Amino acid sequence: MRAVEDALKIQVPSNARIIRNIIDAIQFVQDHVVHFYHLHALDWVDIVNALEADPEATSALAQSISDWPNSSASYFKGVQDRVKKFVASGQLGIFANAYWGHPAYKLPPEANLMAVAHYLEALDWQREVIKAHAILGAKNPHLQTYLVGGMSIPVDANSEVGINADKIAQLLQMFAKAKDFVNRVYLPDVLAIAPFYLEWADLGEGLGNFMSYGDIPLVDNADPNNPGDLFFPRGVILDRDLSKVHPLDPEKIHEYVTHSWYTYDDESKGLHPSVGETNANYTGPKPPYEYLDTDKKYSWLKAPRYDEKSMEVGPLARMLIGYASGQERVVELVDSVLNTLNVPATVLFSTLGRVAARCIESVLLAENLEKWTLELAANIAKGDTAIHEQAHWDPSTWEAETMGWGWTEAPRGALGHWIHIKDGKIANYQAIVPSTWNGSPRDAKGLMGAYEAALIGTPVADPAMPVEILRTVHSFDPCMACAVHVLDADGNEITKVIVMD
Amino acid sequence: MPKTLILGVGNYLLSDDGLSVHVLERLLAAHNFPEEIEVVDGGTCGLDLLQFLEGITNLVIVDAVNAGKEPGTIIRLSGDQVPAYLSMKISPHDIGLPDLLATAKLRDLYPPNVIVLGIQPESLAVSVDLSPSVAAQVDTLVEMLVEETLALAV
Repeated sequence: MRAVEDALKIQVPSNARIIRNIIDAIQFVQDHVVHFYHLHALDWVDIVNALEADPEATSALAQSISDWPNSSASYFKGVQDRVKKFVASGQLGIFANAYWGHPAYKLPPEANLMAVAHYLEALDWQREVIKAHAILGAKNPHLQTYLVGGMSIPVDANSEVGINADKIAQLLQMFAKAKDFVNRVYLPDVLAIAPFYLEWADLGEGLGNFMSYGDIPLVDNADPNNPGDLFFPRGVILDRDLSKVHPLDPEKIHEYVTHSWYTYDDESKGLHPSVGETNANYTGPKPPYEYLDTDKKYSWLKAPRYDEKSMEVGPLARMLIGYASGQERVVELVDSVLNTLNVPATVLFSTLGRVAARCIESVLLAENLEKWTLELAANIAKGDTAIHEQAHWDPSTWEAETMGWGWTEAPRGALGHWIHIKDGKIANYQAIVPSTWNGSPRDAKGLMGAYEAALIGTPVADPAMPVEILRTVHSFDPCMACAVHVLDADGNEITKVIVMD
Repeated sequence: MPKTLILGVGNYLLSDDGLSVHVLERLLAAHNFPEEIEVVDGGTCGLDLLQFLEGITNLVIVDAVNAGKEPGTIIRLSGDQVPAYLSMKISPHDIGLPDLLATAKLRDLYPPNVIVLGIQPESLAVSVDLSPSVAAQVDTLVEMLVEETLALAV
């Protein structure tokens, strides 16, 4: 959408800009919370061990870190009884597929129980707050309101179906809940769990290079290179040097396929995505196989590079670029987390740094949701009901040939789409998604991608139960398997992580 | 009136995994359901779908089902046959139906009646078309779906 808007030089109306920002922000916050509690926390929290917790002591722990109301001994006793019920006799029932009891789990039973309670609360919370998407997106799931040139949802104070005062009030209520949970549960939990896992502040660093396209335009006609125009600034950090944020030049992005199951005429060179090619050619072993040879082609991901360097993208990249750019609130939040944990800024370059950055980013966005919703209300109150730019709707208004770059920050990181429009048709379309940057295989020079580099040196206590590997891979929030969803009638293990020597 | 939800899940881009999209399209083209029967195309949304289970008495899930049968075989699961467990996963996009149902149980959102209607897939290749053996059974599955849903809803 933004790629086409860039190609056709469309500026979306203020209402569309603000609504897109709000949909993005609540999506980020919900996505980060779900990622933390329902995926990543289970790498750190031992659910079964929570059964040994003393509810009184759990209550004392919870009240010492937050004034969140669900913190009585009887509340935690109730959660414990509930989990007990599900951990059936000898069998773990629905919790069977995990590494419970692994020595890498370090939390005391009370912290485990508190986290399990919040795991359950987060399930309720996420299904409430994401209803904002039904209000702004016309439909949920699969939002239908995005259009090239703006949005389709009408903005009309007097209409039942459009954005009106009732809808604004509902949004404000949901966003207050979103902020409350992030500030009083998510952040205190991360700060309470982190001290037990400080060795992970030295592990899983990876590249030390970070990139953000920037996003959430705060003004119409935003200049992405002007630091104040984007809520997430654009830039590049190299070799963990936080004293300098380099400007981003999109011409320096290239994709290699030297180690990917695609073909180019000359695979020693990368291609800019505006002239990119996607010719799939699988040359790997016939599945099921034991391992892949990394000297050959071994991935369905291409290898994107910025200025011939591998880059990490995502919340850590965004927070570091905000921090190094001197964004006041980012600096304040990051420093407060570092001070609470009593650690230097260098710990951010790690698995734990990614966990912390995702949480800080959630706090940052959640506290702005109200402001942006009021910005929308104020703009509508001014009498501005424009939601869509119509001047370029008809293809006869387009240039015969034009190119566009659509850039955004997704929860998982920098996302770019490149389009080439010729004679009213798409001549070429290429996308580089965040997990392609982070999960990239090697390039022509043999440079590793972020996951590969981050996993080097990770100690694995028991190769049959590599929870340590999952900690670092999960810290990137990978989107690797968007995915086969065939239901297996027997409940067989479908995903298996195997550690090779 | 007890509420019924027909929930389709699966990835439309992976041929037979997209079964539910084809089934729901055909279902909605041919039938108007009363207000207490809701139809949701859940795609690959995972935990986002939990909100749709609130207040549901009858849940009818449409998905490709691997039961080790001949491709194209219609499969019906009910009661304890419906898998509900938390699986190990790499990405939140891996959150599948068993995870959704397990979390529903944890939050007391698991409907009293749950059935799964599906077809044994032939192919999961990248395509928006069903493979021939599965496509041949779609009409039968739609009929079954209507019958089962109406039987539950009254």
